[in-house]
Order: sequence, then C-alpha cells, then structure tokens
Amino acid sequence: MKALRYSLPLALGLAVLLAWQIAVREARLPVYLLPAPSDIWAAFLADFPSLMASLFATLKVTAAAFLLALVLGVMLAVAFSQSRIVENALYPYAVVMQVTPVVAIAPLILIWVGYDRIELALVLIAFLVAFFPILSNTTLGLKSADHNLIDLFRLYGANRWQILWRLQLPGALPHILGAAKIAGGLALIGAVVAEFVAGSGTATGLAWRIIEAGNRLEIAKMFACLALLALLGIAIFALLSALEYALLRQWHESALEKQD
Amino acid sequence: MTIMVGQPLLSLRGIGKAFGKNAAVLEGVTLDVEKGEFLTLVGPSGCGKSTLLRLIAGLIAPSAGTLSFPAGRPEIAFVFQEPTLMPWATAAANARLALDLEGVKRGEAEARARAALQRVGLDGVAAYPRQLSGGMKMRVSIARAMAVRPQLLLMDEPFAALDEPSRQALNDDLLTLWREDGMTVVFVTHSLYESAYLSTRVAVMAPGRIAALLPQNPPAQRDESWRLTAEFAAAAGRISAALKGKP
Repeated sequence: MKALRYSLPLALGLAVLLAWQIAVREARLPVYLLPAPSDIWAAFLADFPSLMASLFATLKVTAAAFLLALVLGVMLAVAFSQSRIVENALYPYAVVMQVTPVVAIAPLILIWVGYDRIELALVLIAFLVAFFPILSNTTLGLKSADHNLIDLFRLYGANRWQILWRLQLPGALPHILGAAKIAGGLALIGAVVAEFVAGSGTATGLAWRIIEAGNRLEIAKMFACLALLALLGIAIFALLSALEYALLRQWHESALEKQD
Repeated sequence: MTIMVGQPLLSLRGIGKAFGKNAAVLEGVTLDVEKGEFLTLVGPSGCGKSTLLRLIAGLIAPSAGTLSFPAGRPEIAFVFQEPTLMPWATAAANARLALDLEGVKRGEAEARARAALQRVGLDGVAAYPRQLSGGMKMRVSIARAMAVRPQLLLMDEPFAALDEPSRQALNDDLLTLWREDGMTVVFVTHSLYESAYLSTRVAVMAPGRIAALLPQNPPAQRDESWRLTAEFAAAAGRISAALKGKP
C-alpha cells in the first residue's frame, strides 16, 4: 500500500505530461501559446544558470521573511501572553496589518525603503504576509496551557519565566509548527507578490523572470519558472513538515497516526 | 508518660468562598487537620470539596475566614483528578518537575524522581505519558507529588476515572506511602466506599459546608478482605447516612 501511495500520483503525473506532449505535437500548437513539456525542459536547460540565480534570490527573500516572521511572531505572542495590556494595545493593529491587502501596502514600502535596498523591501513585504498566522497561532498555543498544570507550577514555586519556558512554550509547539507550515508558503507568496510590485529592472527573483519572459512571449520559460516556484513551495512545506514530525513524534497526537 | 496534644497541622476558621457575584461555594467551614491523619472529604458533586482543597493548597484565596498552619507551612503536594502530566516530557521528567522548579541539582533530582517512581511501581522512566495506561499515568502523577517529600498531600478525586482494579491497587499503594512517610493526607472523593476504606476521619460535606465529621477506626493493615467485613459495611453505612443528612 505504501508503494502505491507514492507510485500512483507519480504515474498520474507522468501520464498527464505524456498526454500534454502528444496533444501539443498532434495539434501543432505554436510554442508561444502552449509549449510542450519537452519545450519547457529545453527552456529550463537553456537558461539554467540565470534561472538558478533567480531561484536563489527568491529563496533568500522567502527564507529571510519567514525567519523574521517566526522570531517576531513568537516574541510578540510571548509578550501578549505575559501582559494583557500589551495584547490589548497591539492586537488590533496586528489584525489591521493582516486584513489590509499587502499588495496595496507594497508600493509604499518600496518607496520608503528605496529601490536601492530592494532586497530589504521585498523581505519586509513577504514578512507582512507571513507574520500574522505565527502571531495568532502562537498566542492561542501559549494561552492553551493546562490550567491545572499552571496551578501545580505555582504551587511548586515557579516564577512566570519558568511557567513560560517549561510549560507554555513546549505546549504551544504544535501550534507554532502548524503556523510555520502556513507561514512558509505565505512567505513565498509574499516574495512573489513583492517582486511583481517591484517590477523589472530591480528584483532578480523568479517572479520577475516570469514578467520578463511574459513580455518577450517566452511562454516555455514562464512555465519553467512556475515549475521552479512550485517545487520551491513543496520543498519548504516538506522541510517544515519534517521538522514538525521530528519535534512532535515522541509525544503529540498529530504525529501518532503516522507511526501506526 | 504525658501525651503532648500538639497544634493541628492546618486550621480553618469560618472559611467562605464565593466566585464573583455567584452564590457562595463554601460558607463558615471550620476544621482542624491533625498531623498524620488521613482525612477524606466526601460529598456530592458541586458541594465545594475541590474548592476547599484548592484553598488549602493556596491556589485560591478565601473570601472570608482564616486559614493557617499553626506549626508553619508544611511542604505541600497536590494530585489532580486527571494525571495532569506534561505530554512532551518523560515519566522521569514529569516526576522531577517540582525539584527542577526548586533548582535541585540535576543528579539528585533524577535520583529522587526515580526512587519516587519505583515506590509507585514504575520502572519505565523513559516512557512518555501517551505510552502509559490511565492507571500508570496516575502513578506518575503520585510519584511527582511524592518526589517533593510532602508533609501534606492533597488529592482531588485522583482515582475517579480509573477502573475498579486499578483504583483498589492504587488505594492500597497510597495507604502504604502514607504509613511509611507519616504524612498527612487530605483526600477528596465522591465514593463513600473509598472514604470508608482509606480514612482515619471522614468529613461529610453538604453543599457549602461540612455536615458531619466521622472518626474512623480502620485496621492498620487492611486489604481486599476487609471490604467484606461487617465492620467495613458499618463504617460505610454511617458515612452513607450522614451523606443523606440522617443523624
């Protein structure tokens, strides 16, 4: 059954590619309308060095934005859990930041940060997209600590940092890791959006390559960039899922099913 | 030989507790807990047993009355109805909790936790809570309490969720710990049979107050067979009558 779980989708994917290849060739579709998989592969090989450089540029922005969101999101959530005043004062603004479409803020950030520091601007925009799920889920996780355990900690003389460090943070770990999986994908989306808004001539990531290729009607190259973005997204998700499994497999219910 | 009548370990005078604007959960509770006794609080659900236990532990403050430890505050441990273990920590790490919080050196804390686990019949110290049965989790919870070497052990319906054989086994093991350590136990239960089996004194509670205090005189060494004696039936009968409000 396990072999089938991987071979089935793989076989389906190969069949679709094959059908796509044959259909495009048989219908003699022009390559600027719908390239065949072999055309996309050829475009990928032809532009391999520049595509890899772009992939790396997008990866760098995504990773920086994700780590920034993770660190600041958890830190702010900790501040919320320690002080109701801080939470009441800041949470509404975090919500405002979340519900305002980031595409609308992006031009402002680009102007403020400046096109000469484009990478920083891209990271900030992607960070804004990825930040809220971490903050919101971590806050929930920190507040979900077992009240009897908190009582027990207090009875045994724990101070608030011991309660935070030994009880609330470990208990919030499943929430944080779940949010990280969402935020990882969102950071990539944010990076792509930021590159689109920044436009050509500045950014060098995959999204910008898509715009460039589109302007030149290099549809095969557009597909190659899309495929790389999808693979990057899958790799981020797989990496964070693996991290989640490694950290939770001993004790958390979510990891239990995978073992059985 | 003079018998020293010592101070009580714990003294409650006119204790009342209300949460917010709701009706009082406890009113005018006066009670002395003697050193070394096994006191059971028995009563229907919602009569304030657990609230009284939390007040004694200092987890909540009384709205009225005074609560004092005349001979100084003893080392207190608490066992909840649920095992209340940290799922991310092994049995050993859970048993070590209070010692870690107090800053006891790692080696000593580990040794004490291991010894406490062995006393409750657990050797698998590296197991995580999810790998343990309900009864074993409760044993870890008791080991965590015993690791602090408590003078006053507070237990809030600890065995209510267990199957009958596990419950009886834990009752006997608890009595052994109590006898060996000479600690004071205040034990909340809604089972009059459990209270008759365990205690040296039973406080029968009606909503918000103590309705009757019944001294018990169980044999020092008791086991399964004692539950079948007329003496046990009579003790249970007295508690049952007090629960129903009969004199």
